[in-house]
Amino acid sequence: MIPELGNFALIIALMVALWQAVFPLIGAVRQDRALAAGAANSALAQLVLIAFSFGCLTILYAQSDFSVVNVVQNSHSAKPFIYKLTGVWGNHEGSMLLWILILAAFGAAVAMTRAGELKAVTLSAQGAVAAAFIAFTLFTSNPFARILPAAQDGMDLNPLLQDPGLIIHPPFLYLGYVGYSVTFAYAIAGLIRGRIDADWARAVRPFALAAWVFLTIGIAIGSWWAYYELGWGGFWAWDPVENASFMPWLAGTAFLHSVRVVEKRGALKVWTVLLAILAFSLSLVGTFLVRSGILTSVHAFAVDPERGMFILAILALAIGGALTLFAIRAGKLQAEGAFQPASREGALIVNNVLLVTMTATVFIGTFYPLFVDVLTGERLTVGAPYFNAVFAPLTGLLLFVMAPGAVLAWKKGRLGAAFRQAAPAAGAAAVVIVIALWMTWPKSVAAAAVAGLAVWAGGGALIELARRISLFSSPRRAPARFAGLPRSFIGMTIAHVGMAVVIIGAMGAGVWRTEAIRLMNIGDVISVGGYEATLKSVDEVQGPNFVSETATFEISRNGNRLDTFAAERRYYPVRQMQTTEAAIRTTVLGDFYVSVGERQADAGWAVKAWYNPLVFWLWFGSGLLALGGGVAAMPAPARAKASAPAIEGAPA
Amino acid sequence: MSRLFLYLPLVIFALLALWFAVGLRHDPSRIPSVLIDQPLPEFSLPAIEGHDNPFSSADIIGEVALVNVFASWCIPCAIEHPQLIKIAAEEDIVIAGLNWKERPGDGAAWLRRLGDPYDYIGDDADGRVAIDFGVTGAPETFVVDREGRIRYKQVGPITEQIWTADIKPVVDRLRAEAMQ
Repeated sequence: MIPELGNFALIIALMVALWQAVFPLIGAVRQDRALAAGAANSALAQLVLIAFSFGCLTILYAQSDFSVVNVVQNSHSAKPFIYKLTGVWGNHEGSMLLWILILAAFGAAVAMTRAGELKAVTLSAQGAVAAAFIAFTLFTSNPFARILPAAQDGMDLNPLLQDPGLIIHPPFLYLGYVGYSVTFAYAIAGLIRGRIDADWARAVRPFALAAWVFLTIGIAIGSWWAYYELGWGGFWAWDPVENASFMPWLAGTAFLHSVRVVEKRGALKVWTVLLAILAFSLSLVGTFLVRSGILTSVHAFAVDPERGMFILAILALAIGGALTLFAIRAGKLQAEGAFQPASREGALIVNNVLLVTMTATVFIGTFYPLFVDVLTGERLTVGAPYFNAVFAPLTGLLLFVMAPGAVLAWKKGRLGAAFRQAAPAAGAAAVVIVIALWMTWPKSVAAAAVAGLAVWAGGGALIELARRISLFSSPRRAPARFAGLPRSFIGMTIAHVGMAVVIIGAMGAGVWRTEAIRLMNIGDVISVGGYEATLKSVDEVQGPNFVSETATFEISRNGNRLDTFAAERRYYPVRQMQTTEAAIRTTVLGDFYVSVGERQADAGWAVKAWYNPLVFWLWFGSGLLALGGGVAAMPAPARAKASAPAIEGAPA
Repeated sequence: MSRLFLYLPLVIFALLALWFAVGLRHDPSRIPSVLIDQPLPEFSLPAIEGHDNPFSSADIIGEVALVNVFASWCIPCAIEHPQLIKIAAEEDIVIAGLNWKERPGDGAAWLRRLGDPYDYIGDDADGRVAIDFGVTGAPETFVVDREGRIRYKQVGPITEQIWTADIKPVVDRLRAEAMQ
């Protein structure tokens, strides 16, 4: 009964979405207010229906109803209860349901905004996207399909996904991906109505920020999960699916910067609309990548060309349609403000060019193997060396323009003054470069330089903040001035510092790490980065649905005994898969990370140990990025106007 | 002119979509397997300590056989073991074991404890033969036909389900092939 109810709700949701895609648009074109206003109600109805459907699937998982194919394939009666619930989205069908649930939630959020000229058309576009994905779920990936007779027990959830990090990673990623559907829908509405202006930018910006914040958190959690679960000591592998989440992030970051120019100066309209389309298109491409089986990846869901064709058709309609509209209508958009190259606008253009180049770099690296395969049938992969080689200089340049860019005035800025103001940051950067080289020699000089540039960028942001609140000239009034600063400026400063912190963390964990490997028996010692780990015992431990080989180590640093930690290798019999659980000791300066491999006949266990400097900075910096985005999305404080002196010079 | 530029994203996307459509017909997970349909590597291994049936490649020519890579230190092997015992009892099939990277005596002790499904066991203490087989981990099982060619490879333990769904059909087909 429950599966049928869920299915039925989904079918009605499809009807509602189709209605929403067509009639509000007609209403807007014919100036029929009543018809246009129906959009908001149908968006809310859609949310209720899909939430109901999602609730049904959750109940089926909670009850381990093995008459439903999806539950059989992805659950098991012995699985811990929390993973029964999260198993709802640990598979293709269920995660599609989550995807459309989030899509409906964003649609409802748009429905709650103030009525305006754009709203009905935006909701129409949103409804069209929703209809396509609900249809995809119903017709190719129905999570409510029954199996007769019911199965005895389930096949369990992929053990790699039975992990707290993976409970929250996909929902955040989808919140990010799907959030860009709103910017996309606004772009369509703006093009149809011929209105890309300050109002449009103000309407779309909170949604773009929300999507960006969610995507940032989603990527960071995914990276954190890969770090402690996959047992290879790294946090980013340039895996196709990681890239798929990174591309919309890069394009979305570019959009956040250029939409500011539209809002403040009425320029870069065509480009900004294109970025809005691009960010969501890349989210769709990411979905296509994961679910069509077109590339291999640790993340790939079912390999099913039929689903792939369906998503490709959605892609062709959504992206192709949007770009056609863009080609026809974008030429009519009028730029309002002119500006000099040395200005905030100019700096943001440099930022956009760099970010879009980065996006293209990731895109080419990700799809090049497919391109070669289609042309020649040859198999190859594009690995980290390509990405690192191309990314390091681009990141360096981006960091270099960040400090002066955030200081320049709109329209016509003074480049020399901007650089002079950031001079102390340059000093700090030089010191950091020297220290980094001294500590990590003979590792990469480029990494030290990039870390220095990160200090320059973060320092530049903090100096500008100090200047705006007159921290040094009148420190007593600084807190009051700070409270009066525009939220967008505070958010930008936090995010820029966060970016610097992430980059420094990435240099530490990616380049400066040191590793040791040896075969260990009980009592043997492995040492790296000043830490020593002594293998104390290896025990077989029975978990709820796995058997674990747990290796316990006693650790000491520079001769001082600290405590013990344990690394595991787990075997999940139902899925016949092994997972590793690394032993990690985290400090602000670095992680001591131990991973245990197979036992070699009589020589002992293969143990790998890493000292990963500054890993904590990655997670902390990601948190700052998300916080900055969140603050920037907040409405301006009511008393901002009263403290006018503090906010002179428009913020970015 | 500048109007035409606005069509550029659409054109680029159209090309990409075409390329994706073609790409969908390619299977990304096919890993060219070197050994499938290739003859068994030639080897002659001594029996393991405490066991008296050595294993050389010639032993299983003329029979449809399973070659199973195992070791007492491998946890999944212990999980697989009851299934092998069951196959040995119920099926008319030769099962040969490749005791991989084992200390003298450990393999036999392990078999005494868990039961012995093997007709032949070779002592591959240094792992040389396993390398010829392209073994990446234990357990792994190869299905070999009567001409001594490897016809199927199972990575990871054989479970009841894998046996009935994947391996037994191959074995039955090879038997039928030989009948004709």
